[in-house]
Amino acid sequence: MANKFIVSLSPHVHSGDSVRQNMYGVCIALLPAMLASFYFFGLGAVTVMLTSVLACVFFEWAITKFVLKRQRLTILDGSAVLTGMLLAFNLPSNLPLWIIVLGALFAIGVGKMTFGGLGQNVFNPALAGRVFLLISFPVQMTTWPVSGEMSYLDAQTAATPLSLMQKAIIEKDASVLNDLPASMDMLIGQTGGSLGEVSALLLLLGAAFMLWKKIITWHIPVSIIGTVLVFAGLLHLCNPIYADPLQVIFSGGLMLGACYMATDYVTSPMSYKGQLVYGISIGLLTVIIRNWGAYPEGMSFAIIIMNAFTPLINTYCKPKRFGEVVRKEGTK
Amino acid sequence: MNLILLAIIALGAIGLIAALLLYFASRKFAVHEDERIGEVSAVLPQANCGGCGFPGCSGFAGACVKSADEKGSIEGLLCPVGGQAVMEQVAGILGMTAEASAPKVAVVRCNGTCENRPRLVDFDGAQSCKVQQMTGMGETGCAYGCLGCGDCVTACQFGAIRINPETLLPEVDEEKCTACGACAKACPRQIIEIRLKGSKNRRMVVLCNNKDKGAIANKCCTVSCIGCGKCVKVCEKFEAITLTNNLAYIDAEKCKLCRKCEEACPKSAIHAFNMPPRKPKAEISEVPVAPSKTE
Amino acid sequence: MKTFKIGGVHPEENKLSAGCPIREAGLPKQAVFSMFQHIGAPANPVVKKGDVVKVGTLLGEANGFVSAPVYSSVSGKVSKVDVALDASGLRRMAVTVDVEGDEWDENIDRSAELVRLEERPELDAKAIVEKIKAAGIVGMGGATFPTHVKLCPPPGKVAECVIVNAVECEPYLTADHSLMLAHPEEILVGLRLVMKAVGVNKAYIGIECNKPDAISLMTEKAKQYPEIEVVPLQMKYPQGGEKQLIDAIIGRQVPAPPALPIDTGAIVQNVGTCYAIYEAVMKNKPLIERVITVTGKSLSQPSNLLARLGTPFSQLIDECGGLPEDTGKIIGGGPMMGKALLSLDVPMTKGSSGLLIMNRSEAKRAEMEPCIRCAKCVGVCAMGLEPYLLAKVSGQRDWDAAEQNDITSCIECGSCQFTCPSHRPLLDYIRLGKSTVMGIIRSRATKK
Repeated sequence: MANKFIVSLSPHVHSGDSVRQNMYGVCIALLPAMLASFYFFGLGAVTVMLTSVLACVFFEWAITKFVLKRQRLTILDGSAVLTGMLLAFNLPSNLPLWIIVLGALFAIGVGKMTFGGLGQNVFNPALAGRVFLLISFPVQMTTWPVSGEMSYLDAQTAATPLSLMQKAIIEKDASVLNDLPASMDMLIGQTGGSLGEVSALLLLLGAAFMLWKKIITWHIPVSIIGTVLVFAGLLHLCNPIYADPLQVIFSGGLMLGACYMATDYVTSPMSYKGQLVYGISIGLLTVIIRNWGAYPEGMSFAIIIMNAFTPLINTYCKPKRFGEVVRKEGTK
Repeated sequence: MNLILLAIIALGAIGLIAALLLYFASRKFAVHEDERIGEVSAVLPQANCGGCGFPGCSGFAGACVKSADEKGSIEGLLCPVGGQAVMEQVAGILGMTAEASAPKVAVVRCNGTCENRPRLVDFDGAQSCKVQQMTGMGETGCAYGCLGCGDCVTACQFGAIRINPETLLPEVDEEKCTACGACAKACPRQIIEIRLKGSKNRRMVVLCNNKDKGAIANKCCTVSCIGCGKCVKVCEKFEAITLTNNLAYIDAEKCKLCRKCEEACPKSAIHAFNMPPRKPKAEISEVPVAPSKTE
Repeated sequence: MKTFKIGGVHPEENKLSAGCPIREAGLPKQAVFSMFQHIGAPANPVVKKGDVVKVGTLLGEANGFVSAPVYSSVSGKVSKVDVALDASGLRRMAVTVDVEGDEWDENIDRSAELVRLEERPELDAKAIVEKIKAAGIVGMGGATFPTHVKLCPPPGKVAECVIVNAVECEPYLTADHSLMLAHPEEILVGLRLVMKAVGVNKAYIGIECNKPDAISLMTEKAKQYPEIEVVPLQMKYPQGGEKQLIDAIIGRQVPAPPALPIDTGAIVQNVGTCYAIYEAVMKNKPLIERVITVTGKSLSQPSNLLARLGTPFSQLIDECGGLPEDTGKIIGGGPMMGKALLSLDVPMTKGSSGLLIMNRSEAKRAEMEPCIRCAKCVGVCAMGLEPYLLAKVSGQRDWDAAEQNDITSCIECGSCQFTCPSHRPLLDYIRLGKSTVMGIIRSRATKK
């Protein structure tokens, strides 16, 4: 019999969704913000982005092929490209190339492949890379060129909104905050900082795209942003040395972190309940680290810390089972 | 100087408190275990295969000690992996004598290779025999034969069973097989049997598990048992072969390895393991006879 | 618009045969009647080789309470009482009849005239259930649970309402849809028979909003019975699941097993079952034929056929334009929960709601990728389970963990596997785990 029938268990149809579609979906969502960073930071941003993406893809390929010796190459599934893009978004545009390559090696090599590749990693690879670089090269990682400078490496550096906010707390002087750009400006992106800190508006646009495409659900971003808004708002009400909550959520990597880094599939909890716990915890940790920690930016540390708690959250936060409510009512 | 003294006192105090805590904790949560259990456990293979029917080797050791205390013997308990040698050691520890048990081996009772048993459909799904079993008969027309997904291979702790890529059937490595029975339990079709190894490893086995009626069994596989009963007739003297549900079964304890059934089987479903090659004379005289009988 | 609360997916509808009126299929040359057409104990064959049977002659009697009799749907001579391959993929006991002519049992009323409940006042609850039981009626949605068992709630449980499942959330299938358009009055009478049998005076008919013609027709016809309400439902799979439908319509959730749907006070009947009940009680016609959707993108003539039970699937396909060249998979039922058939030479049974032909490219599963823990399976699970976890622990044979995570609640709707971006065979593993855990629970119960 030439034409043998195929036999398998149901279901016999598939939604057509794929890993690749999801990964490239996030990449597409990041495109507007990427173009904005090119516009504001010029050639430096382009160089950082290209180096980071190429290095990540290269390391993914090299490690699968020569270290793990796997037949199946995974560079086309989009996860390495995405890691590269996210890593670049976390770097200043004047970072020397060799540091970026080192960051990519750490992100892919240590953050992802040591755990067994896509789906196995505990920490978000891009964040692991960023935190590694931040600890290893604190000076280079925290000197940001002024937005609008089109040159690379010898650009002027300037204070970012986040360092101003921290300065206000340390000096206990609310007037420092007057130097902050208006929250509207921060929304559109006229601030110094890493590539991905430029335009909160475009990042939100990308997040809306991901929500529409059902790549992510609302739980994590909304819970993070909501928590930060509430917590920072309370602090601001108590004492004006703490910045306006709107300025807090539009500054730094908060939008990027809330919409793109914390929502990373592999390292975030599985149930909606767990995702809310995770999001709220990230929000609280971020505000705590930003205001009272040693580093002006707390987003990446908050996410990394909660990544470590994800397995625990998965164990304790189970989705609501069908019929559970009724069971409780019935016992009354 | 003061500083150093302070450090020594502080650390010493912490150490003392911790030591006290540990002491009380170990007293409070101490688990009293019969030390013989540990001794017995030490001589067991520690494969934790569960072949003995207890949860792991320590469970078996506990059962041995309990049985020795209560019944005064360790009869009926056997570590299939360690076999006689280990049981003697266990008996020595507990001051008993071990009963003799004949060595056994796993036998795959299906010979439905790709050539013998044509594949009618393609199975597409998780590589598990149990999953394939849920689709019905599976890839071939035989509802009793090997599914070939290797649940037995996964179950084997000793690497003694593997799927032959040419025949798509599992093959047992008799050297490595410990007869723990994990593969037999894993097989959703009960194809694998733990059988007596036989003297010099020689044994006669019906390599088929098909309980369908002759016509159906005959159609789906060239080497299936069709329940014709010819083997039962040639074995009348020893009564080692029985026919139930259209399937012949050879009782290893009664079988005298005369190989008459092998010749009688019209479908070559009976297989002789580790037998010396037949004398050429016998082959010439008997081969033409067999086909004429079946025709 | 109402729907169930947890999870759900939206598979492509592909209702190719929607709007096709029901067409009567030709008589087969040989009909095979499996004794395993329902859940429960198989029927016992009561005929032997050489017996002459008519349409409506008993072939197999029910064997116990949870069982159903099997009737001949053709007239002719019994040629075999032996095992035969059926839609389950196994060879099981069946009666084969060589068809000669089309002679019906004289007790069957073959007229198309509508008989209303009021015309038969002598029918009380017991008589209705007895007739349903004798006619061999089972759940026609595909579960094939004997209907009379459902109509006899266990002691202490009281039915409050009847819900008619006319959701047909499975893609491709249109059998129930076409049946509603063709026989709305009969279905309503069948429903009223069920209501009388269980003694309730409230009934809902749940129809998904992709069948507006059926909703308007049924609403109009139901106006004469104030106690029957047609409820349009949002489109979402698996709304046709019994538990999901009860949740969608009356907002009550069936607790985890061993609780039964009756614990919510609802009795769910498929719309096809209602029609069969009408025919059985009012027309004395046992369950011998049903509407089946024969469909597929490559099939030239997707249709809704009224076919005699026991007709081989190959004949049904021939009536719909023949088997396409590149057929890769044949599914008995719908694409989400149907069963792939090993061969076309199997007969249709009481539970055959559809026959779906898929070409090779549709049929082949995509290559599996590592789980990226995207949580989409958790989001779509209609039972609030964690499919990724259940599949993982089942693969690792950790049955304790599987049981703790409520694997036995799984309704095997396939939403998780449908949605998985990594194309993992989640449901394959969950089924493996579920059947093993059920076995463990059963053996534990017998030990006690």
